Amino acid sequence: MREHPARERAALLLLLAAAALLPFLATALGSPATVPLASRIVIYGIAAASLNLILGHGGLVSFGHAAFYGLGGYTVGILYAHLAPGDPFLGLIPGSNQLAVTLPAALLVGGLGAAAIGALSLRTSGVQFIMITLAFAQMLYFLFASLSAYGGDDGLSVRRPNLLGPLNLRDPATMYWVALGALALWLAFQRRLVRSRFGRVLEGIRQNEARVVASGIRPYPYKLAAFVIAGMGAALAGALMVNAMRFVSPDMLHWTKSGELMVMVILGGIGTLLGPVLGALALVVLETGLTALTENWQVVLGPILVVVVLFSQGGLAALFRRRPASDAPGAAGGRLPRLLSWRRRHG
Amino acid sequence: MAEPLLAVRGLVKRFGGLLATDHLDLAVLPGELHALIGPNGAGKSTAIAQITGTLRPDAGSIRLAGEEIVPLHAAARVHRGMARTFQITQLLGDDTARDNVALAVQARLGHSFRFWRDARRDPALAAPAEALLDQVGLPESRRALPVADLSHGERKQIELAAALAAAPRLLLLDEPMAGLGAAESLRMTETLRGLKGRIGMLLVEHDMEAVFALADRISVLVYGRCIATGTADEIRRDPAVIAAYLSDEEGV
Ligand SMILES: Nc1ncnc2c1ncn2[C@@H]1O[C@H](COP(=O)(O)OP(=O)(O)O)[C@@H](O)[C@H]1O
Ligand SMILES: [Mg+2]
Repeated sequence: MREHPARERAALLLLLAAAALLPFLATALGSPATVPLASRIVIYGIAAASLNLILGHGGLVSFGHAAFYGLGGYTVGILYAHLAPGDPFLGLIPGSNQLAVTLPAALLVGGLGAAAIGALSLRTSGVQFIMITLAFAQMLYFLFASLSAYGGDDGLSVRRPNLLGPLNLRDPATMYWVALGALALWLAFQRRLVRSRFGRVLEGIRQNEARVVASGIRPYPYKLAAFVIAGMGAALAGALMVNAMRFVSPDMLHWTKSGELMVMVILGGIGTLLGPVLGALALVVLETGLTALTENWQVVLGPILVVVVLFSQGGLAALFRRRPASDAPGAAGGRLPRLLSWRRRHG
Repeated sequence: MAEPLLAVRGLVKRFGGLLATDHLDLAVLPGELHALIGPNGAGKSTAIAQITGTLRPDAGSIRLAGEEIVPLHAAARVHRGMARTFQITQLLGDDTARDNVALAVQARLGHSFRFWRDARRDPALAAPAEALLDQVGLPESRRALPVADLSHGERKQIELAAALAAAPRLLLLDEPMAGLGAAESLRMTETLRGLKGRIGMLLVEHDMEAVFALADRISVLVYGRCIATGTADEIRRDPAVIAAYLSDEEGV
């Protein structure tokens, strides 16, 4: 569980290196369309991982995570729309197509949005919390859908992706590597976070809030901080996705998007490091495959999800986990198992 | 009389039509072990919940070393020097005994907005946690197991260790012996005896043998009211107590 962070780190880096080779493999196999697909998976992986921070580690069932994903996306889109000189956003903020500007801006907007929504919704809990986060996200959805200056329902094209030094994000492989780098950084950050004192408080809140309070810790400020960090992660993903798709629309904030992110987390393995990425992979691949087969792919996807959730407690990550002889923490497990299960579940 | 460490005055709590705490007055002196006894449903846990801050009283005052604490959040009361254990243990089930106690240690060391260092490898947390587990007598071999897999008695020990991690002046113990075997009960009695004099304690307990052995003073609660307070001998002789409570208990 926490016995071999060095070995775990080495295995993670190996996995990252393998993932970085994908564009070459796609070229070799004559399947260039795989690369943009992989970018989407990687970017959804960031969004799902950020949701996992509050859902899997903090036990906060937020049903409005797409709000921050969309805020990040619209930050890139709106800054691009104001690129022409003499047309600053709100008459104040000049537009930009520099990723080094738009990404931090997206993180800021996502963080502020999460601070506002979190400050209000974290005063509730249980079903009320689920409903209120959903309601706030839907409010933002309708807000953007009605902003005709930015395309309203139809959304907004970003004709050229942002610039990042000498890199050309129009090239699918470059876009993929940038997204993969962002995912790696985000996972490394979140891995540290979960193990820190802050992470211990978060894990405590998930398991038993009464224990946290009795220990002398007021949960609210920690929940809010986690909510803001998770919102920033989602905004990062949204900003990257708009660069990859060159398009932003209110669909990014729709409640079904929040639902998809939740499905990725649960399907992949809640509370694990790589589970959400696995979940993103599975969902995008299933969606793509099923769309090719039938128009009503959702009808097929639903039962598949139910089966996975029912039969593999702990999600896809659990399938990769070698059951240790003794279930005690510290009992030896393989390398991959450690990456996928640093929280035991009791069944 | 010295200034009480804990002074409860006129405390009232209603659940609908039920008066669970009925103008309760109670004082715990510094270092005193004060037992709170009474039949099931008398309102002992409800009183503790109000003192610790998880339940808002309808009326009354609670002072800790002279300071009114009713407006304070339960977590803030811990930092003022008040720690508790629960009648039904409240622990982090997936985590180990070490983790559970370390959380309380990290709370005492200040805020937990620390995002970088691995908390489980932080000796500033691990060393005090180990020492506290030594103090309550949890065997070394049980400390790396998830708490959910431990026995009831072991969980009670861990809760006590976590409470002590707050370096409390006042300890509120809600039936710490309930459900313990004879040997575990004895061990808990000895641990509490060792704390007497240094830490004020309000002990809710049905084990009369332990209560009479440990308590400096005893208060008897019936229907949310305190009907008597005094030393063990005074309580044994008190006619109101005999009528309301002790007669039934000792008859069994
Ligand atoms: N949250 C609550 N809502 C309604 N009634 C409660 C609640 N908590 C306790 N009570 C009632 O208050 C009375 C005192 O309960 P409690 O304090 O648990 O007693 P004790 O700990 O002395 O056994 C009981 O009659 C109990 O049913
Ligand atoms: Mg009780």
